[in-house]
Amino acid sequence: MKVITGNRLLDGEVVWMGENGSWVELLSLAKILHEKNDVADAMALAKKSLDEQVMVDAYEIDVKEEDGRVVPVRLRELIRAAGPTTHPHLGKQARPTLV
Amino acid sequence: MYRYDEFDQDFVNQRTAQFTDQVRRRLAGELSEDEFKPLRLMNGLYLQLHAYMLRVAIPYGTLNGRQMRKLADISRKYDKSYGHFTTRQNIQFNWPKLEDTPAILEELAEVEMHAIQTSGNCIRNVTADHFAGAAADEIADPRPYAEILRQWSSLHPEFSFLPRKFKIAITGAPHDRAAVQVHDIGLQLARGEDGNIGFVVFVGGGLGRTPMIGRKVRDFLPEEDLLAYSEAILRVYNRYGRRDNKYKARIKILVHETGLEELKADIEAEFDKIRHGVLRLPDEEVRRIEAYFAPPPLEVLEVDDKGLEDRKASDAAFAQFCAHNLNPHRVPGHTSITISMKPIGGIPGDATDVQMDVIADLAERFAHDEIRISHEQNVILPHVALKDVPAIFDTLVAHGMAEGNAGLITDIIACPGMDYCALATARSIPVAQEISERFGNADRQAEVGELKIKISGCINACGHHHVGHIGILGLEKKGEEFYQITLGGSADEKSSIGKIVGRGFSSEKVVDAIETLVDTYLGLRAGKEETFLDAYRRVGEEPFKEALYGIS
Ligand code: SF4
Repeated sequence: MKVITGNRLLDGEVVWMGENGSWVELLSLAKILHEKNDVADAMALAKKSLDEQVMVDAYEIDVKEEDGRVVPVRLRELIRAAGPTTHPHLGKQARPTLV
Repeated sequence: MYRYDEFDQDFVNQRTAQFTDQVRRRLAGELSEDEFKPLRLMNGLYLQLHAYMLRVAIPYGTLNGRQMRKLADISRKYDKSYGHFTTRQNIQFNWPKLEDTPAILEELAEVEMHAIQTSGNCIRNVTADHFAGAAADEIADPRPYAEILRQWSSLHPEFSFLPRKFKIAITGAPHDRAAVQVHDIGLQLARGEDGNIGFVVFVGGGLGRTPMIGRKVRDFLPEEDLLAYSEAILRVYNRYGRRDNKYKARIKILVHETGLEELKADIEAEFDKIRHGVLRLPDEEVRRIEAYFAPPPLEVLEVDDKGLEDRKASDAAFAQFCAHNLNPHRVPGHTSITISMKPIGGIPGDATDVQMDVIADLAERFAHDEIRISHEQNVILPHVALKDVPAIFDTLVAHGMAEGNAGLITDIIACPGMDYCALATARSIPVAQEISERFGNADRQAEVGELKIKISGCINACGHHHVGHIGILGLEKKGEEFYQITLGGSADEKSSIGKIVGRGFSSEKVVDAIETLVDTYLGLRAGKEETFLDAYRRVGEEPFKEALYGIS
């Protein structure tokens, strides 16, 4: 299981690819990619976002399902998805929308 | 105090305008990220895990109240109301938006600040002893020389594309508080036989992947030769330094691969060609720059201030603060205060906007409007009358900055680590916080005495772990954080690189391991005056190894 992630150009915000090549601010809204082809297609869309100055960078990451939620496999990506572990009041973890 | 000259003001304004246009072109699609990245880095703008990060230069760690207040203001307006002081005496903002950075740079320029040369393969911000101009043990204030080096190195055309970044540090006292021996060039002020000022010169020190202590290349370099000799070193490095492999591109590798004697000969040969040229430092110029750093007029006062002594007798926290956070001043009746940015369980080097404002107020009211940032991530008020210490302390207490722990086990250096840094292999701040909590009791840390713990979140060693008395390096092993411990490092005049004590520890176990090391030290020290480092140097690693891993 994979998702595509990167940082948005304008504000550096961490985002993931959602439906139809859109970029979403919460991992829970990201489009889960199961097949190799899906990943390749998504990366092609991401490339477009790079060319159009929407994103700074884009890359694929591994995710897994845990208690019915999609979470990144690596700690680095977990921290990107939540915010600094040292500042629970900052980053995405501080948003009321995060369930 | 350093101030812009007209050239600087003009130049910084131009650079800000230039960067504003570069950001515009980037957003309009005229510049790709590959084209833009080196430009933004030249202006101190990185992309980290959660957001952009802006690193602002604080030349040799010196600033005034107005500048500190501006930093507070920027953090409020464009960031999340805090900043992070770094081991390079700079400040980092963790959440700026790309579109806001031109405005931030404009605001910085209003108070003679900028973000130039805080990144890239150039000569970086020159660092200096944070007690410069104040310390009782000082030969002379090193900052005029740091400033001369800054002016020489700023946008030096020949040295804008070095093989790698280049760091210079300078200290004016025999007791090195600026870690000069782990810099590309380290300068230690000295007096020659004729009483004139000069420098002991070290070259090729550095941390990171291949830590090395700088090698002495000159016992005494006369003042007038400072620039010519530095230029000679840079030229030799620029010519022979490796560019094929970024991990082998620092001057320390050149020193190592070429050999000290040959390199010294190269430097001297180059120096000989230019020493009588334009780089020879005229005495008037040094004195002119020195005038910028003229010490504030300080009256000689009573050394035993009654108010201070009474308060010490009745207030244990205040006594603790005085015992650890005051550094002897060259003018009787005065002191330099270390404001600890290491509250127990807190984040090393973080300051809120309110705290920055309070520091600015204190500096203006009590400290001749001078502030320093130390490479140990604390804030210093260098010129304070002893009689004012109680009032300052009370204000610090009210704002969570009164921990009397300077130089103690909870005065930990920690890099941002994986909580922010895109290069990190593990977190460092949470480890610092846990150690701080474990040893936070005032009596316990006073009992342990001087002990410098330094933590890095990857091999780049921004947290100086190699030179910690206890160093901690966060790595990743099979997807888990894992911490390697080194012992016996030091960054003073007797610098040494710490030695890995054995296999690493998980994040759950690492603080227990630190406690084991501390308990082992307490059990074997010759007396309270024998510090952890002294004890380690006396007995070696065996007892510590045994305590951690049992007898092998
Ligand atoms: S040591 Fe590594 S993790 Fe820490 S700030 Fe430097 S690059 Fe980042």
